[in-house]
Amino acid sequence: MLELVDLTHRYGTYHAIDRINLTVKQGEVVCVVGPSGCGKSTLLRSIAGLIKPTGGRVLLDGRPVESTPDNLAVVFQDYSRSLYPWLSALANVSLPLRRRGLDRKARDEAAMAALTEVGLGTAAAKFPWEMSGGMQQRVSIARALAYRPKLLLMDEPFGSVDAQTREELEDLVLRVCAHHGMTILLITHDVDESVYVGDRVVVLSKAPGTVTGDLTVDLPGPRDQIRTRELDAFVKLRADVGRMVRGMTNNNHHEVEHR
Amino acid sequence: MSRLIGSTVLRGAVGATGLLVVLEAAGRTGLIDTTFLPLVSTVLARAAELAVDGEFLAHAFASAEAWFWALALTIAVAVPAGLLLGVARPAEVAARPLIEFLRPIPSVALIPLAIMLFQNQLHMRMSVAVYAATWPVLINTIYGVRDVDPLAKETLRSFGFGPGSVVLRVVLPSAAPFIATGVRLAASVAIILVVTAEVVAGGINGIGIFINQAGSGNRVDLMIAATAWVGLFGIAVNALLVAAEKRVFRWHHKRLAGVS
Repeated sequence: MLELVDLTHRYGTYHAIDRINLTVKQGEVVCVVGPSGCGKSTLLRSIAGLIKPTGGRVLLDGRPVESTPDNLAVVFQDYSRSLYPWLSALANVSLPLRRRGLDRKARDEAAMAALTEVGLGTAAAKFPWEMSGGMQQRVSIARALAYRPKLLLMDEPFGSVDAQTREELEDLVLRVCAHHGMTILLITHDVDESVYVGDRVVVLSKAPGTVTGDLTVDLPGPRDQIRTRELDAFVKLRADVGRMVRGMTNNNHHEVEHR
Repeated sequence: MSRLIGSTVLRGAVGATGLLVVLEAAGRTGLIDTTFLPLVSTVLARAAELAVDGEFLAHAFASAEAWFWALALTIAVAVPAGLLLGVARPAEVAARPLIEFLRPIPSVALIPLAIMLFQNQLHMRMSVAVYAATWPVLINTIYGVRDVDPLAKETLRSFGFGPGSVVLRVVLPSAAPFIATGVRLAASVAIILVVTAEVVAGGINGIGIFINQAGSGNRVDLMIAATAWVGLFGIAVNALLVAAEKRVFRWHHKRLAGVS
């Protein structure tokens, strides 16, 4: 459903991403992982149509992305900046639904359903600044879910919450998106998270970022924070991805050991 | 917090009362000539009488009317202009020299010109007040708009909203607290300019006209009493707008408090 063909972007003389080729199938959860400064955010902004890449193409359902497509939603890392402080949680979630041509009642109902889905049904009237970081990011996720996008882009979505909230939110996203058959492209710098969340992990190199690895994560679902992470296959994959992120060769991965 | 405000207000009241008491005593002991500066008690009595004096109220109403329409016109002109200049960087660059040239011109210096341009007394007063009141609203709007978090705008854009919607639903609400501060400053400026225009240019009615007439009748007590009402009006408007800002932009103040 998503196809990137030789996607390239330069900011002036700075070469952020270089000829990225990537295909994401319907319903897939793909994690893009790479070292900091590998152009992850540039990649995401190009797909979302927020910036116009200087080279290559982005195809969504076979159609080139010209401006911001309306079957896509983005969850940003910085929830405190991406939520609107003058709107309640409910109003934050229902605002994008104006694009769906729903009347007010239908918007509020859909927003309420999404908030309930992320466990914030009783906090709908609260304002973002009355909520903890984890709650705010749940509102962001609910806002994306309520919009019913075919493709959900997530830019380091769990990077600003504590470890326990992070695990909760990972499971929440996996559960809810599987339920709605959503396709997810999740960008992270966390190797562990990419293997846990993804059906596939795509590794980017340092800037100019380009695809250096593409691994299928063949782990049983549904994932479980404890049981999945203790599987030998998980540990091996994590090591493989970790090596690729650091730019190390990957020809001796059978000898990986863990303590 | 409220106790702190209470004590601040109390101290302010004590200070003001103390000054008035000293002035009263100076007048009564003959230290100050009361034909030159009337007793505080006399002025207060006149002020109380004016509050129920139909003729004075008609003057006050004329001034308030000019002030209100001047402020309304200022908002109607300066907020859209500020939005435009804040959003479109090239427009702001093109307009900046003009703004920097016009802004320091004292409005009072424009009164003779305004008299020539506007035959209508209300329009003349409004024009001078609008000129002076525009700057704080315009400048605050430009900076408020420019300060809007790019990620907040990108978020809405990522949902497929166009530039118009982004301005209406993100830029304007984000900048609103700054715009409101500009409007509050403009409200004070407009009062000053309306009364100044009345005093300088004359006319049929208005507080400034009343003050002029009292002056030519050598009624210093009435002059001071009327001036005091103008000052009180200014304080009341300011307090009202501050309270409204605190209420409407609770999210803004909470957010600032959270950051610091």
